[in-house]
Amino acid sequence: MARMKFLCDADRCIECNACVTACKNEHEVPWGINRRRVVTIDDGKPGERSVSMACMHCTDAPCAAVCPVNCIYTTADGVVLHSKDLCIGCGYCFYACPFGAPQYPQVGNFGSRGKMDKCTFCAGGPEADGSREEYEKYGANRLAEGKLPLCAEMCSTKSLLAGDGEIIAQIYKERVMKRGYGSGAWGWKTAYRETIES
Amino acid sequence: MASFARSIRLIAGAWALLLILTASAPSIAQQSQINPTASSVRERQLLQEFDRIQGRVSIPDQRSSVLIQPAGREWREFRTVALRWVGGIAILGMLAVLVIFYLRRGMVRLEAGRSGRTIVRFTTFERFVHWMTATCFIVLAISGLNITFGRPLLLPLIGHEAFSEWSQWAKYAHNYLSFPFTIGVVLIFLMWIAGNIPNKVDVDWVKRGGGIVGRDHPPAYRFNAGQKAIYWIVVIGGGLVAATGYELMFPFYLSGIEGMQFAQMVHATVALLFMAVMLAHIYIGTIGMEGAFEAMGSGTVDVNWAREHHSLWLEEENARAEANARPRPAVTAAE
Repeated sequence: MARMKFLCDADRCIECNACVTACKNEHEVPWGINRRRVVTIDDGKPGERSVSMACMHCTDAPCAAVCPVNCIYTTADGVVLHSKDLCIGCGYCFYACPFGAPQYPQVGNFGSRGKMDKCTFCAGGPEADGSREEYEKYGANRLAEGKLPLCAEMCSTKSLLAGDGEIIAQIYKERVMKRGYGSGAWGWKTAYRETIES
Repeated sequence: MASFARSIRLIAGAWALLLILTASAPSIAQQSQINPTASSVRERQLLQEFDRIQGRVSIPDQRSSVLIQPAGREWREFRTVALRWVGGIAILGMLAVLVIFYLRRGMVRLEAGRSGRTIVRFTTFERFVHWMTATCFIVLAISGLNITFGRPLLLPLIGHEAFSEWSQWAKYAHNYLSFPFTIGVVLIFLMWIAGNIPNKVDVDWVKRGGGIVGRDHPPAYRFNAGQKAIYWIVVIGGGLVAATGYELMFPFYLSGIEGMQFAQMVHATVALLFMAVMLAHIYIGTIGMEGAFEAMGSGTVDVNWAREHHSLWLEEENARAEANARPRPAVTAAE
């Protein structure tokens, strides 16, 4: 089985925010939630870089470790998913996540948190693949259709890569060989505990 | 005349220009220090310099501008390892101490037996506030323990669906009962502050081991040193737990994620130690000491109990009753 990963090659990102928009549209993401976002570091200064970030689907995911009801799990593809039926909206995964991926729709007064929502690597949730319930809770399940996450698929500069970790790492290494290391593969060390520096 | 006004305007304009130039001179100098051929920002370098990487986002949610914050890893260690050890040792340790103590000492009896006469110790309002806070505390404690210990202990027993259902209700109870609990802590603080200022009598009381550890009955006013300790633990611990709890309940009102991680650490640690202390409080108030429960139960205590455990308070009460114009005794005959 492939180990699915994201790779954010900041040296190519042009901050077009198409990944953000595509994700929101593909999954009918609830109001006020962005599963993916583009952050610009050192904006307006020489050397600025933009990074498209969502759930990185960590190895040994901290969100899963701290969840009090154990509703977060890793699939055979290495994708970190969760069950909205089991989630109690406590907010713990969002304290633990290094990437700010888990978010909560506000469902009541006093900022009361609803069920957690985050990037699914376009892999849906625990419901039957492609079912209506799955779509309503988690959005499209592209992985089950043999497709990769939409954000990366339609990235115009191929800054954002998604897929088998070994293949995207290979693509990145080839880029590094040609152009130099640049700003790095953002989040890789934190998420996968491995460096991708050649 | 017109030319004079014009020259005035010219001079004023020249001064203003000069002022702007001198004011902006440092900033021009600063800007020239920026290296236009600077290499790109590097993740490794930024993570070494700061504890998190933050930038600018164009989506409306400005909180998402924090890009990477590895501190969540350390918080995870705290929650899944350190907290469980601290909580487990504090609560099980306290239970063990209480069981051993009870087996060795048993219930502390009234030495003089019951006199049959009673004296009012807590008014209806005081008892209402105590029990409101106590009930909330127990529900908050159980639902809080569930968040820390439920997954390893309860979930394997009852399964995912039942455990999530219960935890969901526990979370609602935890959130909503925090309000009466906080009100209770505030009322306790105001209502009993007068009797809980430490004084010289407390030093002697502690030296003699109080009425529960030691074998004799050191004098005490309305609250002895042990009760004063409980009072301040409730006021300070309850205040800390309430403040940090509300910070977690209203995310981003007071702080960002790093503040919430810290708030959770304070909240959980203080709460677990608080529970351990309350176990001892419940023990002394029930099976640990004869005649103690009725103080908070019916509100009256036996005069002999008051004489043995709160001698100075009894003297005060008697003096006050005698000072009253009408010769009505504070102690009422039970017959």
